[in-house]
Amino acid sequence: MFSIEPSRRNANGAGGEAGSEMSEVVLQQATASSVATDRARILVRLALVDRIFRELTRGAAIAVLVILGGVILSLVYGSWPAMKAFGFGFLVSQAWNPVTDNFGALPAIYGTILTSVIAMLIAIPVGLGIAVFLTELCPHVFRRPIGTAIELLAGIPSIIYGIWGLFVLAPFLQSHVQPALIAAFGDIPLFSTLFAGPPYGIGILTAGFILAIMVLPFVASISRDVFETVPPVLKEAASGIGCTTWEVMRYVVMPYTRVGVIGGVMLGLGRALGETMAVTFVIGNAHKISGSLLAPGTTISATIANEFTEAVGDLYTSALIELGLILFVITFFVLAIARYMLMRIEQKAA
Amino acid sequence: MSLYASRRSANSTATTLCWVAAVFGLAWLFLILIALLYEGLRGLSPAVFTQMTPPPGSDGGLLNAIFGSLIMTVIGVAIGTPLGMLAGTYMAEYGRYSKLTTVVRFINDILLSAPSIVVGLFVYTMLVHPMGHFSAISGAVALALLVIPVVVRTTEDMLLLVPGSMREAASALGAPRAHVVSRVAYRAAKAGLITGVLLAIARVSGETAPLLFTALNNQFWSTDLAAPMASLPVVIFQFALSPYKDWQQLAWTGALLITVAVLALSIAARTLSAGRRKSK
Repeated sequence: MFSIEPSRRNANGAGGEAGSEMSEVVLQQATASSVATDRARILVRLALVDRIFRELTRGAAIAVLVILGGVILSLVYGSWPAMKAFGFGFLVSQAWNPVTDNFGALPAIYGTILTSVIAMLIAIPVGLGIAVFLTELCPHVFRRPIGTAIELLAGIPSIIYGIWGLFVLAPFLQSHVQPALIAAFGDIPLFSTLFAGPPYGIGILTAGFILAIMVLPFVASISRDVFETVPPVLKEAASGIGCTTWEVMRYVVMPYTRVGVIGGVMLGLGRALGETMAVTFVIGNAHKISGSLLAPGTTISATIANEFTEAVGDLYTSALIELGLILFVITFFVLAIARYMLMRIEQKAA
Repeated sequence: MSLYASRRSANSTATTLCWVAAVFGLAWLFLILIALLYEGLRGLSPAVFTQMTPPPGSDGGLLNAIFGSLIMTVIGVAIGTPLGMLAGTYMAEYGRYSKLTTVVRFINDILLSAPSIVVGLFVYTMLVHPMGHFSAISGAVALALLVIPVVVRTTEDMLLLVPGSMREAASALGAPRAHVVSRVAYRAAKAGLITGVLLAIARVSGETAPLLFTALNNQFWSTDLAAPMASLPVVIFQFALSPYKDWQQLAWTGALLITVAVLALSIAARTLSAGRRKSK
């Protein structure tokens, strides 16, 4: 088709009719096909289909790359006004005032990191414990059902954890756990600031705890999968020379799977950092940094979820998009490290 | 003898702690499910499926939200699945050892667990802002962007499981590559591919964050794709945070519906791939 383009233009330029030119092309094709055998024609067609299909799949693969690039570019584009207005000060400013159009990301970054740290402090030991339990201790009959249940729980939408946190966990913590914490740590110097203030129920600690419950199934099921990559021969050899179950885990399984476990934990961390709904319900959405874990705070994703639709003014919207960009950059690096480590354990297993 | 005793006590301490961890962790997860069943079932009635979301203080259901969720999920999956499958096909069939595949696989894995709210921001700047208003179609696009990584991943994994000898046999008969892929590899991996789509639907159907500022919400029945549309997760979010008891009850019921749907989809996906593994 493309090769006839210039000749057609010439014909047009010479005053010839486009219609007659077209019929000539059709005629040429007809004679060509009458000369060629059916076989050749089919082969050409198949080769064409093959090529189209190949290029189509290639295009789709490239599209996946373009999407990620598009996400980054659009976030940079959207946050440009805020970047120009606040510069690097955005990252360390505690201001959040829509009325005077003065914004800073520090409280949100602080809340995001603190809730995720609390979540991982709980989820790592408990998740690893579940993984060890499932691979070594659990009676064989229950291994598959419990393992499957945990994997299914990993798929439950985060909004479910959020609504449960709001209606069940927060009131419970408020009336039972937090007063006890305040009473217990009130007189100890460092802890008294950490557990200061009235028991709101909602706040940083509650959000961290919900996140912990949410990432628990991830950490547990990935660690279990990773533990299962250990060749049985290694474990049997250790047991054979008289190691206890714990020693087999501690000196054979864990060193062998360290990289993979760290990868799984980082994946859980990536999830916790970016989690929106489970946190938004219980964080309290307060743009301030308070030393107390019981005080309300905010996270990047909770701020965006709570305020984006109500944001008036370009700078406000832009500041929220820049928060999104910061979140994306943080999680990108965490996830990239996680994937790299999981890739290494997969290569080891293969 | 004391060495044995200390090793033994270390062992029993560690195993006890693992038991405790397992019981502690699983207890929370089951507590959530029990609370969800208890609170959700209380509000379950036919009205939930036949009436619109009510203003506070009057009776109503979740019909428009359920419909909105369904329609946006269907469109999202319809956009995301072909693209994801084609990309996965390239990675497993054409460019198995190419640089592009390695890069795409890495990027795709990151997209797979990237914060979904960022996807919402992306669609907002790309679609909602230029259009000037929130719309169901931008919500569907946001969901499609979440479907793609899941489908890419499972398609690649499942096609890689198809034995090379089957492809070689087809090629030896003179079948061109496109036919080898579509008539042999796809067929052999069919159960796995369907599993991927089911998992993607499960993942997407509970997503709230990307819908908050793309599809927004709608109090009324709407089938207009260019207008804001209600969806179950967003309605749950709005109703749960409201001070009205009847709205909160509807939020619980909606949460139960989503959970049941997601669990049913995951179990279906699991049974499909388990049946496949057995037949192999």
